[in-house]
Amino acid sequence: MPCTVSMTVNGKAVSREVEERTLLVTFLRDQLGLTGTHVGCDTSQCGACVVHIDGRSVKSCTMLAAQADGAAVTTIEGLAAADGTLHPMQAAFREHHGLQCGFCTPGMVMSAVDLVTANPSLSEHDVREGLEGNICRCTGYHNIVKAVMAGAEAMQGGTMKAAAE
Amino acid sequence: MANPTGIGASVRRREDARFLTGRGTYTDDINRPGQTHAVFVRSPYAHARITGIDAAEAMQAPGVIAVLTGADMEADKVGSLPCGWQIHSKDGSPMKEPPHFPIARDRARYVGDAVAVVIAETREQAKDAAELVMVDYEELPAAVTSLKALEGGAPLVHDDVGGNLCFDWHLGDAAAVDAAFAQAAHVAKLDLVNQRLVPNAMEPRAALGEYDRATGEHTLTTTSQNPHVIRLLMGAFVLGIPEHKLRVVAPDVGGGFGSKIFHYGEEAVVTWAAKKVGRPVKWTAERSESFLTDAHGRDHVSHAELAMDRDGNFLALRVATIANMGAYLSTFAPSIPTYLYATLLAGQYKTPAIYAEVKAVFTNTVPVDAYRGAGRPEACYLIERLVEVAAAETGIDKAELRRRNFVPASAMPYQTPVALQYDTGDFAKNLDIALPLVDYDGFAARKAESARRGKLRGIGFATYIEACGIAPSNVAGALGARAGLYESAEVRFHPTGSVTVFTGSHSHGQGHETTFAQLVSERFGVPIENVEIVHGDTSKIPFGMGTYGSRSLAVGGSAIVKAMDKVERKAKKIAAHMLEAAEADIEVKDGRFVVAGTDKALTIGDIALQAYVPHNFPLDELEPGLDEQAFYDPKNFTYPNGCHVCEVEIDPDTGVVQVVNFAAVDDFGRVINPLIVEGQVHGGLVQGIGQALYENCVYDEDSGQLITGSYMDYCMPRADDVPSFTVRYHEDQPCTHNPLGVKGCGEAGTIGASAAVMNAVVHALSEYGVTHLDMPATPERVWQAIRRHTPAQAAE
Ligand code: FES
Ligand code: FES
Repeated sequence: MPCTVSMTVNGKAVSREVEERTLLVTFLRDQLGLTGTHVGCDTSQCGACVVHIDGRSVKSCTMLAAQADGAAVTTIEGLAAADGTLHPMQAAFREHHGLQCGFCTPGMVMSAVDLVTANPSLSEHDVREGLEGNICRCTGYHNIVKAVMAGAEAMQGGTMKAAAE
Repeated sequence: MANPTGIGASVRRREDARFLTGRGTYTDDINRPGQTHAVFVRSPYAHARITGIDAAEAMQAPGVIAVLTGADMEADKVGSLPCGWQIHSKDGSPMKEPPHFPIARDRARYVGDAVAVVIAETREQAKDAAELVMVDYEELPAAVTSLKALEGGAPLVHDDVGGNLCFDWHLGDAAAVDAAFAQAAHVAKLDLVNQRLVPNAMEPRAALGEYDRATGEHTLTTTSQNPHVIRLLMGAFVLGIPEHKLRVVAPDVGGGFGSKIFHYGEEAVVTWAAKKVGRPVKWTAERSESFLTDAHGRDHVSHAELAMDRDGNFLALRVATIANMGAYLSTFAPSIPTYLYATLLAGQYKTPAIYAEVKAVFTNTVPVDAYRGAGRPEACYLIERLVEVAAAETGIDKAELRRRNFVPASAMPYQTPVALQYDTGDFAKNLDIALPLVDYDGFAARKAESARRGKLRGIGFATYIEACGIAPSNVAGALGARAGLYESAEVRFHPTGSVTVFTGSHSHGQGHETTFAQLVSERFGVPIENVEIVHGDTSKIPFGMGTYGSRSLAVGGSAIVKAMDKVERKAKKIAAHMLEAAEADIEVKDGRFVVAGTDKALTIGDIALQAYVPHNFPLDELEPGLDEQAFYDPKNFTYPNGCHVCEVEIDPDTGVVQVVNFAAVDDFGRVINPLIVEGQVHGGLVQGIGQALYENCVYDEDSGQLITGSYMDYCMPRADDVPSFTVRYHEDQPCTHNPLGVKGCGEAGTIGASAAVMNAVVHALSEYGVTHLDMPATPERVWQAIRRHTPAQAAE
């Protein structure tokens, strides 16, 4: 049974007809062409699909498009400033080599931003626990953790530490 | 640093800009007008005869365009997936090579073997219809583990492969080994299992087939580490499409770790089906499908013995290994437990005699092939566990025992008794750097402190050497490779001085777009943003062999150097003409072309412009253009090596192992981009730690059902499971036979880590009398080991 869903995605109002069973991630990728949100699993374990709904991180493979009706959705494509300036967390991932193949990266960055928003003064331990829902097969997490710590500081308006140890 | 984007600089990655903003383009992100979706019907049985397929109901389902089976492929004369490597048994007979059809014809041989494919307008419709395809199966008994498959009377995976034995191979001098054992003062023995793993690149495999009726050209976009190899195998052997009518594109690829080297049936099916249905056909694996169909890794059962003299000097090593091949031979499968494994059993040690026997076995499981490290982690794990056992049994300190037996740097180049010739390496130096990094001397105090908190503590070493940069072709050919293993590059200067480099290597996370551009920036002083690296598209790049086995820089980068040599030669000619000097007087200094002893100089940009605007060229002597191509086939493998040290703390009440300290000291030869190299090491270490502590691919031994079929059951290491690492490398042992002096860093972490972790775990448990534990050291296994070895405590 098709139904109509309306939401704001990356600041733009969208309205589309979807099948009731359509997952939010499928809606974003296939109907809106926002392919930065990835699908890495079918059991809600990997976190490649994390987006923000009304500012909080959500695994978009775990909810239906219809459940996001009326919400404000931000995907990785909407994180940088309108002029293309990277979000401090994106910049920190780049500076600290927190990505390799880049597949987990959008979900990682979206999770990290929410983590820092919820707890601006996190420890390394908090970061590791906070990223427990995101799997990265490439980086060994070492640089991701460094990036999130630096990104947290930058989000507070601090300067980023150099990547070199 | 002279050039901020040259060799040795930690240049930030250029590819990150698109990945960080969601603009990467992975195969599943690509959609074509008129695209259809393929979903495979897969066998629910490990072993079954297919007695009938009824697709009538599925064909009536909404959106369904076609249901195709193995019979349809047979009618179209589609061949079987070829194996790229041939091994011969001890008796000289070739390995057994039963056909592997993209869609099974009369028998399914593992859970997940494709039986039919449904093509529909949407993925959901294809999925729904796949449920309606009625397949009549006659279930057959399955041979699931390699040991059981070898037993007399075991079910046969292929009727014409008696005893399920693919090959029975050996390497080394058995008589010399026997003689040495007869003399030994002490023999250390160990039985071990190197468990099966699922590679689990985060991007699931995907394939998109297209056919252009106007040109007759097929295009396959696929998640591959080596598009040209896929084109060759699929074109020549499976579908019979001539190469000029087949284009294979591997765009951004979300990790591979070996699992995307191989040619998979789905690639052939979508390419074939696109022509059949007259529309693009896309297939994207779900994760549970990846678990069932991506080639798995490892799966060895081994018995090993090390003979020593009174002083702990190694005299001989004897190894017998049973390697599980799964149901069919995947593309490179036979090379993994043979030439990529047994040839590395010398490790870093000057053991004079080595003999290895390997039996490869068919079972009703997913095919097994290369996974990060491929054979070398298995070799390192075996030898380093065995050395640790030897140290414990002889009472010689484990660092000292290793040092005593290392091949000394002064003995390089060193010919091992198992075929390889190491060119450079200073193994004692790796250890010297590592020991203070982990404060080896302070271990006893830390152990005492742990004990006060009721915890066990252990420290473990692993030293490793690997053969990387795979090639040379003549050696590979002698060892059974059916392909050459060189690499190619084209360096094309454009009229305004920007450069495009076409490489046969493929990047799926390794940062080639940055590292390769650094090579050009260094050589010609071109700003890095003016260098474009093109890879992954057979219609653009020269024939190349792709990326695996840490070969991209050593082989692919060297091909770029060779092409740059040609560019330089040509540029010198042009410079000589422009500056009215003799060609012999032109030298390159800091990227500028200078007339020796004068201040007359040109940049490569000046020369490039002239090359394309040759108004006053003596055209009979000087050809226009500045665009050169090279193929590079190395003389030898490269030999990265290192020493990894792991310290663990174990809670004896729960069996939980925590890695509390990990140091990796590596010799990768020359390092082009330290940032990227360290990142590769971190990633590798976690895959090795993952094998040691968490990951395990488990089949039900009777039914052959995959028990660990999703991330709910297969334990992937997560951020809170692993520590931060101390990583060091030294560059004073450059590779002697490639122009860059590089050795390769992609697999090192994985090769060293599992052995280091397990040695630490067993060391921690040694006070309970534990001498060995098979991986993964899960809390349950550790807890059981503690209980088993202390019956008094268990009874409490
Ligand atoms: S795709 Fe959503 S958690 Fe894996
Ligand atoms: S960067 Fe490849 S999975 Fe994280």
